[in-house]
Amino acid sequence: MSEAILEEKLTDEEKQVVRPPLVLNQRTMGWISSYISSIIEGKTPLWWWISMGVTVPMTLMCLAMLAYLIATGVGVWGNNHPVGWAWDITNFVFWIGIGHAGTLISAILFLTRQKWRTSINRAAEAMTLFAVVCAGIYPALHVGRVWMAWFLAPVPNANGIWQNFRSPLLWDVFAVSTYFTVSVLFWYTGLIPDLATIRDRCTSKIKKFFYGIAALGWRGGNRQWRHYEKAYLILAGLSTPLVLSVHSVVSFDFATSVIPGWHTTIFPPYFVAGAIFGGFAMVLTIMIPACAIYKPLHDLVTINHVDKMCKVILLTGSIVGYAYLMELFIAWYGANPFERAAFWYRAVGPYWWAYAAMMFCNVVAPQLFWFKYFRTNLLWVWIIVQFPNMGMWFERFVIIATTLARDFTPSAWGMFHPTIVDILTFVGTFGLFTTLFLIFIRFLPMICMFEVKAVLPEADPHHGEAHH
Amino acid sequence: MNAVGNPTAPVYGIAAEFQSARDLYRAAEKIRDAGFEKWDVFSPFPIHGMDEAMGMRRSLLGKIVFLGGLTGFLTAVTLQFGPSSFLYPLIVAGKPTNLFTVPAFFPIMFELTILVSAFTAVFGMLLMNGLPRLNHALFNWDRFKKVTEDKFFVAIEAQDPKFSEAAVRDLLASLGGTNITAIHGD
Repeated sequence: MSEAILEEKLTDEEKQVVRPPLVLNQRTMGWISSYISSIIEGKTPLWWWISMGVTVPMTLMCLAMLAYLIATGVGVWGNNHPVGWAWDITNFVFWIGIGHAGTLISAILFLTRQKWRTSINRAAEAMTLFAVVCAGIYPALHVGRVWMAWFLAPVPNANGIWQNFRSPLLWDVFAVSTYFTVSVLFWYTGLIPDLATIRDRCTSKIKKFFYGIAALGWRGGNRQWRHYEKAYLILAGLSTPLVLSVHSVVSFDFATSVIPGWHTTIFPPYFVAGAIFGGFAMVLTIMIPACAIYKPLHDLVTINHVDKMCKVILLTGSIVGYAYLMELFIAWYGANPFERAAFWYRAVGPYWWAYAAMMFCNVVAPQLFWFKYFRTNLLWVWIIVQFPNMGMWFERFVIIATTLARDFTPSAWGMFHPTIVDILTFVGTFGLFTTLFLIFIRFLPMICMFEVKAVLPEADPHHGEAHH
Repeated sequence: MNAVGNPTAPVYGIAAEFQSARDLYRAAEKIRDAGFEKWDVFSPFPIHGMDEAMGMRRSLLGKIVFLGGLTGFLTAVTLQFGPSSFLYPLIVAGKPTNLFTVPAFFPIMFELTILVSAFTAVFGMLLMNGLPRLNHALFNWDRFKKVTEDKFFVAIEAQDPKFSEAAVRDLLASLGGTNITAIHGD
């Protein structure tokens, strides 16, 4: 039934509560399966090979830099005294923050019944996993002697050494590894019915074998769906506090220290808001080009989705801006000379340009999203979200490097200068991230087909019946 | 009536195809009222309210996950208090080694509760669904492949006490099912 006929029967008051359709152009269930699957089933497109031609060498460069670091020592990075945490921890927090948008979309928007999330959650969750992979590199290699990293795990060992469970660094190990594991489980659970679709469609024996194994024998019976839906709901319920806890725990690494500028209670909520802010920017950064390549996806990832995500960016960006101002206010109002000095050096010290870049990118630039024009013009959106992407990196750099560079006594002051290894490793992680994402687009359905089908009007078993 | 699978093998059940979620929902209500027990409806996506239409109770998974979460929590308690209070008590940053150190242990308690709950949810779901499995009698039917695309199916199993080929076939036909087929095993 077309929307026009449906709307004619309604009174003016009822019309106001009719929501715009989530899937445009009245696409059918069959079209959704056929189109999403055709992305995987078709011949590998040329742009994919060209992109891989760029990102795979970048990934290899990253791995080469890491191998060089392991072979030589952590001194190949620019870390020094007093800046003992530098680009490595900056990049760790940057990447882990990006992951948060995926979990927010898949879990929190699921619990709050935001049905528009269905067409973007798969790609956003994939982005989460790949961002956490990039993030995990840094703390693992930052320990210096990587072959000793197993000391992080609480296993009885010959040295009789036990972990200090009161240390936020160990909390971080548990938080990040739990986050990664639960994200993989959540993502795979969501993939099972769609893998079954691919299994039932594919013709070649090899594909049938691999997708068949991966689909675990899914049949789509209601006796399976009811446990499945329950499991999905529980996973969403578990992931929601988890995602909020992960960046809170990351912020504890700073907040529980006694360093002026770090030792603040505002850090957990401020970090979480910043993570969602930066993460949504990254979702848009990769989804807009993906939809530009596969144009019919605009019927599923509509301009309305982009508009909503821009509003989330505007909201979280404003929370972050509020946190920046509140930090400054508390530094002044707290009347602690060291705290005041820390923020004075941040804003006007040798790293003033990083602070200014952070303020501009995170607080000023997203304000354009107050205007509907900037929220609904894809080119503008893509340009504007690059500012949060950059700004969130600067934020972590400001928090980490500028704070450490001005130690308690001026005799211990120093500056951080990245080495070429620092730079190439960081650039390389973008290659790794993009390579993983390209592989994902090529081999797995990038839109959650069964969930999109479930939000079509005809999926309602009472569709077309009179209102009760 | 068509038949698929190995004709000499025992019949798994009789299945029929439906064209929409609404038809499937109505058929489910009728089959439930007819008193069948071993049957299922198949759809490309979960259908809201189908549990009631089939006369099924809530999934038990939630209660099982609670036990999983409890296991994770107790693991974290043991893992942290064991070494820190008994095996190798060490005062760090002036914090106590007895029960009063518990605030510092909250994050890991929380993380392990979530971790074990999530594993229980996923593997519990698979176990309750009888997955993973490599094959099933229903996969012998070519039309059934459309269940993951846009078609809807009902299958009544031969194991059901009220099952008889003629009665089930007539029931499915009266509900509007098409392509009614007897499914044999391998």
